[in-house]
Amino acid sequence: MLAHLDPLILARAQFGFTVAFHIVFPSFSIGLASYLAVLEGLWLATGRPVYMDLFRYWLKIFAIAFAMGVVSGLVMSYQFGTNWSVFSDKTGPVLGPMMAYEVLSAFFLEAGFLGVMLFGMTKVGPRLHFAATLMVALGTFFSAFWILSVNSWMQTPAGYGTNPQGQFVPLDWWAVVFNPSFPFRLVHMVLAAYLTTSLVVGAVGAWHLLRDRANPAARTMFSMAMWMAALVAPAQILAGDAHGLNTLEHQPAKVMAMEGHYQSHPDGAPLVLFGLPDQEAGTIRYAVKIPKLSSLVLKHALDAPLAGLDSLPRKDWPPVPVVFWSFRVMVGLGLLMLLLGGLSLLARYQGRLYAWAPLHRFALAMGPAGFVAVLAGWITTEVGRQPYTVYGLLRTADSASPLAGPAVAASLTAFVVVYFSVFAMGTFYILRLMAKPPQVGEPGLQPGVPIRTAGITPAPAVDPDRHLQPAE
Amino acid sequence: MLYSVDLTILWAFVIAFAVFAYIVMDGFDLGIGILFPILRPGPDRDTAMNSIAPVWDGNETWLVMGGGGLFAVFPLAYAVILPALYAPILAMLLGLVFRGVAFEFRWRDPGHRAVWDMAFTVGSVVAALAQGITLGALLQGIAVEGRAYAGGWWDWLTPFSLLVGVSLAIAYALLGATWLVMRTEGLLQLQARRLAQQLTVGTVAAVALVSAATPFLQVRYFERWMAMPNVLVTAQVPLLVALAGYALWRTLRNGGERAPFLIALGLFGLSFLGLGISIYPDVVPGRITIWQAAAPEASQIFLLVGAAALIPTILAYTAYSYWVFRGKVDTHGYH
Repeated sequence: MLAHLDPLILARAQFGFTVAFHIVFPSFSIGLASYLAVLEGLWLATGRPVYMDLFRYWLKIFAIAFAMGVVSGLVMSYQFGTNWSVFSDKTGPVLGPMMAYEVLSAFFLEAGFLGVMLFGMTKVGPRLHFAATLMVALGTFFSAFWILSVNSWMQTPAGYGTNPQGQFVPLDWWAVVFNPSFPFRLVHMVLAAYLTTSLVVGAVGAWHLLRDRANPAARTMFSMAMWMAALVAPAQILAGDAHGLNTLEHQPAKVMAMEGHYQSHPDGAPLVLFGLPDQEAGTIRYAVKIPKLSSLVLKHALDAPLAGLDSLPRKDWPPVPVVFWSFRVMVGLGLLMLLLGGLSLLARYQGRLYAWAPLHRFALAMGPAGFVAVLAGWITTEVGRQPYTVYGLLRTADSASPLAGPAVAASLTAFVVVYFSVFAMGTFYILRLMAKPPQVGEPGLQPGVPIRTAGITPAPAVDPDRHLQPAE
Repeated sequence: MLYSVDLTILWAFVIAFAVFAYIVMDGFDLGIGILFPILRPGPDRDTAMNSIAPVWDGNETWLVMGGGGLFAVFPLAYAVILPALYAPILAMLLGLVFRGVAFEFRWRDPGHRAVWDMAFTVGSVVAALAQGITLGALLQGIAVEGRAYAGGWWDWLTPFSLLVGVSLAIAYALLGATWLVMRTEGLLQLQARRLAQQLTVGTVAAVALVSAATPFLQVRYFERWMAMPNVLVTAQVPLLVALAGYALWRTLRNGGERAPFLIALGLFGLSFLGLGISIYPDVVPGRITIWQAAAPEASQIFLLVGAAALIPTILAYTAYSYWVFRGKVDTHGYH
């Protein structure tokens, strides 16, 4: 029975599964690293102990989230070769060095600064410690920078040539790294990480406010998170719009799939709100649409013509149903985030930010929304790029390793079993930490407990008193 | 042209260094995972864990460096080797994932400590066996057609690859035991010393078996090792292995503390040197040379700029942290 399995589909499922797990933890740790830097900066500036309590509270969660990001990243660095060997051979000269830079920057960060951030407060003093926290935040950003540059190059390749062996080779590294979609993707993804983190922080704050309205740390974190949501959610919608226009320019088929435009519209395309895409028939069934709005959004003119997938050969179509729905999930959640931010501003104006229980319940429910939106966004951009791995140049079907179906089926099964048990436990430990209310004089990381995140830091050993201490 | 040739050799040595750094550094902490069920539950296990707690994660990152470097600088080799060794490589990765989280969860979740200890051992054993099998399968040769792997998905499984797999697990256990001799005291050290003696015999026997089998895998290995005048140089390697094995045995009996670990490292160095003699300048033995697999100069230079700055920094930092953690360890961590 296993022999009938299509190795290509299985390899895609495996990559999608492992990368979906991997993306969740870094998108949280990028935002959380910056949040920790802000907390420590505010603590240094104001001396208010509540910021240090919050710093310690979230540092423990950061340690686990970062560790799981590292563990799931280890697998990613080999999967390009095991499952996508033709892709690796052809793109290695261009993408390999960029991925190696990602590894080097992550390694450097882990070696140099994480340990100090986790354990080194009494050893190096508050100011140097703050510098280490900033470096960690910067390091997570650099990791995102390189890996998103790699991904963007696959979407909008630039600065390359080809050699007689059929490989892509770098001609202009600047053009390779800063390829056309990279700035848009970087901004959109980093904002997504911030938004995701603010929703998680807001949900934890809301949870503890619902139980004890007077908890000062819960009040502070909820207020900070709601400011962040109110500011970043609209910015993210603008960034997403700009990213969409960039996609229209470079990958029109993806936008057609997002919009559900099977047909071309020479005089103004409608905005399809909902409907059931039928890939076989090439149409959206039961479509609810607003005439000409899509042309207005994408071309800024009601009657602007918009081409549909019928202008392309069928073999170049992305799978519309997946992209159509994932895009709507992302946008829908984005609008809910905007609503949450707006309601928080209203509550703040009315002076009941810490007292309005329905707002807290809404914020609690929105806690995981950032992760879902990030995943939906990634599905939109990755599935929308199909049937190519390097857009317009290398087809997915021509990228895979020459592997037998049963081999990939077995490994996929193993990944599912191991990942669900391992990451479920990690998530459980994170949730358990979140369920505890932040306290005045919040304890730091326990010194006797090894933390993968601490890396090779000598800080815990040279420091006789390994607990974080407040300054003064 | 000459310049680019030099760069390719330089990169081959950088990657070989990363692989060797990985083998010896993750080797001793995988070895402790392998020996774990033999150690007494309670204080002994906690002490053994504590002895590797601060360093094992940094050790493992060299594996990512090796894989990432191979992809960047020898993409063809990366694209041929990984699919050929699909099963052992994925088994290794999953083993490492399991072991890595078990390491942490064991402290966070004392109620299930026995379960996580088991996961720690199973993950370590699987990773060690898989790494040895990978090496064995690479040595015995993999089928290549054009620019792709052309064999089946069970090709890696032969008596030879299994022999190398078991040998590496034994050798890792030796490294782990000598590490414990260096880092612990009392009954645990005594137990580690006895284990290390048995494992010395096992390791030298394993190296001998693998070395004896290797020249018969491919004619080129045989010529490399046995033909005149090469044999005058290459014969020194097994001779040195025998000497190192004897020295290790002696120092273990005479109460050496650090010497056993250092000599065990030397054994690994000699074996790695032997491996280099067998395959250089190939990256896929008998099929693809480093020059055939090399990425263009533009890629090599681009990465070299960063690597030249970052690798020495990382090395210095690693050395510093090993220096800091040089003493004896007990259940409460380093003294």
